[in-house]
Amino acid sequence: MTNPIVERERGLVELERRIAELRDVNVDQPVDMSPEIAALEQKYEEILREVFGNLSPWMKVHMARHPNRPTALDYIDAFERFDELHGDRHFRDDPAIVGGFGLLCGRPVIAIGEQRGRDTKENLRRNFGMPSPEGYRKVRRLAHLASRLGVPIVTFVDTKGADPGISSEEHAQSEAIAMCLYEFSQARVPIVATVVGEGGSGGALALAIADHVIMLEHSTYSVASPEGCAAILWSDASKAEEAAARLKLTAQDLQGFGIVDEIVPEPLGGAHRDREAVIARVLGSIDAAVSRLAAMPPDRLLEERYRKYRRLGSWESGQQESDGSHA
Amino acid sequence: MPTPDWLRIRRSKDGDGRDAAVWSKCPSCGELLYRRDLAANGHVCTRCGYAFRMGAYDRISAIVDGDFTEIGAEVQAGDPLGWVDKRTYPVKLNADREKSGLGEAVVCGFGQIGGHDAALGVMDFHFRGGTMGTVVGERIALLLEAARRRKVPCVLFTASGGARMEEGMLALMQMAKTTAAVARFMEDGNFFVVVLTDPTTGGVSASFAFQADVIVAEAKAMIGFAGRRVIEQTIRQKLPDEFQTAEFLLEKGAIDMVVTRAELKPTLVRLLGYAARGRRAS
Repeated sequence: MTNPIVERERGLVELERRIAELRDVNVDQPVDMSPEIAALEQKYEEILREVFGNLSPWMKVHMARHPNRPTALDYIDAFERFDELHGDRHFRDDPAIVGGFGLLCGRPVIAIGEQRGRDTKENLRRNFGMPSPEGYRKVRRLAHLASRLGVPIVTFVDTKGADPGISSEEHAQSEAIAMCLYEFSQARVPIVATVVGEGGSGGALALAIADHVIMLEHSTYSVASPEGCAAILWSDASKAEEAAARLKLTAQDLQGFGIVDEIVPEPLGGAHRDREAVIARVLGSIDAAVSRLAAMPPDRLLEERYRKYRRLGSWESGQQESDGSHA
Repeated sequence: MPTPDWLRIRRSKDGDGRDAAVWSKCPSCGELLYRRDLAANGHVCTRCGYAFRMGAYDRISAIVDGDFTEIGAEVQAGDPLGWVDKRTYPVKLNADREKSGLGEAVVCGFGQIGGHDAALGVMDFHFRGGTMGTVVGERIALLLEAARRRKVPCVLFTASGGARMEEGMLALMQMAKTTAAVARFMEDGNFFVVVLTDPTTGGVSASFAFQADVIVAEAKAMIGFAGRRVIEQTIRQKLPDEFQTAEFLLEKGAIDMVVTRAELKPTLVRLLGYAARGRRAS
């Protein structure tokens, strides 16, 4: 299926080309074309606002999946230093998970990300960013290492979900994810998770139990992919758009539920339209959160993390009704 | 299997509703079983040995010695997304409450198992497919917290289709909530046993179900992360019948033991016995 965001961008590309052409020509023209250029640019901005100004949840799903959207490694490579560590020490190295030591704003961290491919070849190698149990075991190993050394954990979430294949079941995908959750809930260091693209289900949560959860403005994070939800509830994956609207999977919805702590804004039209600015902004937010959390004693950090997840939900008991405010 | 004449006559007189209360058809071999015989046999088919999906209270009475003190029953679901498809979420919940006689998809409490004080939680597939929403997560967390205070072991029976879609991300967050409670319980040195029953998948299998010290599975139970249909669609081929069965997982090294329903309670009693003596010795 073609991405409707990419489709929408196609019309804009033609306009961009014409503006660039006029600018080139204008340099050695006796007649000043600046007013024409300005008019075109204004039109361009208007179209941009009209097309991208108010994205529906379904459009955000496609924005989160955009082929040019910055991926985990685009952020990690912007650290001052990154030394990748490989493998689960049991069976193999899963390229859908990248992780290792890094230096972020002068501070050593363990960085872990779900890495989808930036082209078809890389996507095949990285299984479209869908980690296998071996990948989650690498995550757990690195998180444990971070906790032992007292180094903060910084994660980048970007996956449709955990790999649903035969070998993943044979190698106990459930156990691999379950033990990541366990490790993250016990790690005695600050954890900052950023959903940079798509946060799909338990496969995303495996990297996202954190003291501070950041989402990009047009990222999504959901209990199941819209296609998966439609298949589960209505046995009809083509109702994905409807599921996307009902699931409340946008960053704005999730901040309302207390699941997400901070939203990093994106330029009009999405993060890929100004990659460097977005990456710098995200790293700045991560650094600020890590700095704040690093000042807390580990026991208090764990206590607050426990309380945060303990109160998430919506339930009634006795006379009270609660939406995420139960202690 | 064709319906016998005498049964068809009975059906037309009594209507389907009352009929279903008397007879159960074995999903495995097709045998029609008299409900009372089935219950007397531990909800196991008298012909082929298939273990029927068991109601939570039936299971509890089969496992505890006598009394069972329920906790967390007051916790009831909200409707955080204001979910509507063919029906609203509260309407679906009410329908399942009536149909199953349960308040939610898990029943939690305390009792004795072979003389050992224990916390016991039992999920029930008959309520929203055993899906985990806020109430399931909250009740299990309350149980583990109470078990930690009382320093007693915890046994959880799982049966679940995964996270409950109608509660969206708040359902997914129950994986984090139950994990947090499990981790605190276990890090204090308490013993945690899970019994996987048919079926256990998705968000439940990928959280507390696979965090236990000992993982027991009921014979022939279907257990996995992804559903069978999803995997078949992904790989575009049919899966072998034994794929994702308890026996398959045992062979792959993912679980500790496969136990028949008749052997379940004696097995749990022995496991709790080892842990209790270990604690006393230390």
